[in-house]
Amino acid sequence: MRLVREADLDDLARGAAVLGTGGGGNPYIGKLLAQQAIREHGPVTLVAAEEVPDDALVVQSAMMGAPTVMVEKLPAGDEVVRAFETLQSYLGRRITHTVSGEAGGLNSTIPFVVAARMGIPLVDADGMGRAFPELQMLIPSLDGISCTPMALADEKGNTLILNTIDNHWTERLARSATVDMGCTAMIALYAMTGRQVKESMVLGTLSLGQELGRSIREARAAHRDPIAAVGERLGGRRIFKGRVVGVRRRTEAGFARGSTELEGLEEFAGSRLVVRFQNEHLVAIRDGAVVASVPDLIILLDSESAEPVTTEEIRYGFRITALAAPCDPRWRTPRGLELVGPRYFGYDFDYRPVEELVG
Amino acid sequence: MRIGIDVGGTNTDAVLMDGRRVLAEHKTPTTPDVTSGIAAALEGLRREAGLRAEQVSGVMIGTTHFTNAVVERRRLTPTAAVRLGLPATAALPPMTDWPADLRRALGEHVFLCHGGFEFDGRRISPLDEDEIRRVAERIAALGIRSVAVSSVFSPVNAEMELRAAEILDETLPGVAVSLSHQIGRVGLLERENATILNACLRELADSITDALEAAVREASIGAPLYISQNDGTLMSVDYCRRYPVATFTSGPTNSMRGAAFLSGETDCVVVDVGGTTTDVGALVHGFPREAALAVQVGGVRTNFRMPDVLSVGLGGGSLVERGERGLEVGPRSVGYRITERALVFGGDTLTATDLAVAAGLAEIGDPGRVRGLDRDLVEAGVGLIQERLAELVDRVKTSAEPLPVVIVGGGSVLVREGLPGASRVVKPDHFAVANAIGAAIAQVGGETDRIFSLAELPRERALEAAQREAIDKAVAAGAEPDSVQVVDVEEVPLAYLPSNAVRIRVKAVGDLRLGVADAARA
Repeated sequence: MRLVREADLDDLARGAAVLGTGGGGNPYIGKLLAQQAIREHGPVTLVAAEEVPDDALVVQSAMMGAPTVMVEKLPAGDEVVRAFETLQSYLGRRITHTVSGEAGGLNSTIPFVVAARMGIPLVDADGMGRAFPELQMLIPSLDGISCTPMALADEKGNTLILNTIDNHWTERLARSATVDMGCTAMIALYAMTGRQVKESMVLGTLSLGQELGRSIREARAAHRDPIAAVGERLGGRRIFKGRVVGVRRRTEAGFARGSTELEGLEEFAGSRLVVRFQNEHLVAIRDGAVVASVPDLIILLDSESAEPVTTEEIRYGFRITALAAPCDPRWRTPRGLELVGPRYFGYDFDYRPVEELVG
Repeated sequence: MRIGIDVGGTNTDAVLMDGRRVLAEHKTPTTPDVTSGIAAALEGLRREAGLRAEQVSGVMIGTTHFTNAVVERRRLTPTAAVRLGLPATAALPPMTDWPADLRRALGEHVFLCHGGFEFDGRRISPLDEDEIRRVAERIAALGIRSVAVSSVFSPVNAEMELRAAEILDETLPGVAVSLSHQIGRVGLLERENATILNACLRELADSITDALEAAVREASIGAPLYISQNDGTLMSVDYCRRYPVATFTSGPTNSMRGAAFLSGETDCVVVDVGGTTTDVGALVHGFPREAALAVQVGGVRTNFRMPDVLSVGLGGGSLVERGERGLEVGPRSVGYRITERALVFGGDTLTATDLAVAAGLAEIGDPGRVRGLDRDLVEAGVGLIQERLAELVDRVKTSAEPLPVVIVGGGSVLVREGLPGASRVVKPDHFAVANAIGAAIAQVGGETDRIFSLAELPRERALEAAQREAIDKAVAAGAEPDSVQVVDVEEVPLAYLPSNAVRIRVKAVGDLRLGVADAARA
């Protein structure tokens, strides 16, 4: 158990954005919201999963919608707590802990807002070990844990409780509601026991994020290569270095969808990389060949500073180094790939681990 | 012939250029009224080169006044920030992440109002005109003279910002209104920050542009006057009056481009030692390396494109003092009063320039006046300056490999040969006025901003058309065709319009055709 203070959030937000693979929401806005909550309510208690009692009631808190919208339409402020309290009163039991659904930008820091404002501990874990665009794309789904009952709240004061027959239906209905709410909503979902958290979540990812953020900062200060520091920690490979020559994005069906095109520099001169995204980076295609795909992590970093670059921030002229890193092994099982493999996202090829694709 | 002028915090530099040739250079202290310093610089050029006013085809001025005003929190107009977006956005009101002293300098007048658009063109809530009128009355009662208006998704639909501006204009005659959709791109906080900074500079912009125009008029120069923008291109004086924020960091851009022009180096570190500050940046393939992601100006996050420059308070006018931590050079500076206050000029204040003269690095003023300085103090002070500069060079470099270091700026006498981390130290001719040269060889840009229907034209063709248009405009404005580069492309899908409409903005920039273009531009 340890306390997380306002000053810790710089490293954490930066590192979480690395794991966010382009998505997970804007880390800067998430950081501001969390810092504000900690300033007003005091530091957040972060507990390791093994410290959580087996019978604890743990609920995930998150933002749902398009990151491209979130940077314009900022929250009113009380949505996430309203979603949380709505679910708590529906469940009729006190929620003892909150946790991140995904390790990524904003959604790594939103649970700090809930933890600070509700005065409950935050569990050092997440449901993916990275970020994914859809609600059912969590390892707990593989273990048959239900998303619902789930609460949504918007800035206008609307709240909604969903009960669905499976997690795909939760995604579908919640997405329609989110689009009607103007493409952003705050949500509370995946009520789990402490025991389920230990078995079905990816453990230690908030600390991993903080460690990644710190190693980038320290490598920069010491003139070591910060990108290499990230690559080493995640077992990642450098798949490209180049300059952004085109960004195409649209807000479609409740997501930020599009692609980023890069022209190679240095040892990649003459090559082209296309990265397709749906909130998060899904597939990286170098000169026509797939070099990395979901569920492996495709991470775009600023070539100079190793600052992670999200899909809503990236723009023409940015100099980018792309890394690909292996995902949690549970995603590489047949059921994992059925849920988050390239075919689920409409790509007509089978998943191959990044270690095989780029050696 | 063109005149380039750089008005810095300490010195006003001027150069007269004919094509690629520097005919004359003149350095004179910046004066509090700005005008007389520029008049003195122009007079200097006239004396040195026999300049005749009618030969001048353009005057290009770079000024750090606006950046410095924000950094020093001086001469800022009390400003009201009006945001249209309720009930959304209340969690992070305007100026949330600003330094407290800058917020106080602007008066912390923040108004959250209803309005703003959803991503798909629906209204978050309707614009409440009575609410805007009530805000206007409060603004009038508070005596605030400048207003920044930002509305959610205004780059997609500017209707509410424009209507709010109409109401503010009616209720508050004479109050300057800055609108976010005219200043920034998607990303509410960064766009709003730039708009508020613009608003708080509007009165300073009036007085500075008046002073610049007066100085040039007094020299009987009838040629058009341009101001440097942060991307290295020029704007008209009238534009600068309304958008002073566009000058931000044009100083470093000009000095980096001037250094590249003078030294011929394409990959190097540029150290610009001024009177009050030193800026250090890197040239990569001949272009200033741009800052990644959000850039802070005076502690405020913006999304301008800017060169990645480190700035520290160390320059020719820096005070040499014994502080709590031993000997200190800067950040306090005598600024433009160096010619009265430095020892070598007969003053009573020990400055970095005095150390350089005492150490034999330069002959400025009367070296006799510093001959008696304690040798240990001089050695320690000069050593400290080298150490700090070497550290800056090191921070700017991205690898441990030694790189050429180009030294420019009036304070470059402070730099010794053999700077650690440098493969060689280059002090090009005219090094002291690199900034003014950067202004004189300013780039020219072309911009397109149009809505395309992707149902009629495939996206690739639309992009191609927009890029070609921007490049053609840059060439028409006087850019060397081979040098034109597309520097920015932005696509904003307009989901509320039928037939898959997208707003495409392209900016292309190129080097001014030197020599031949002078006549055409004038």
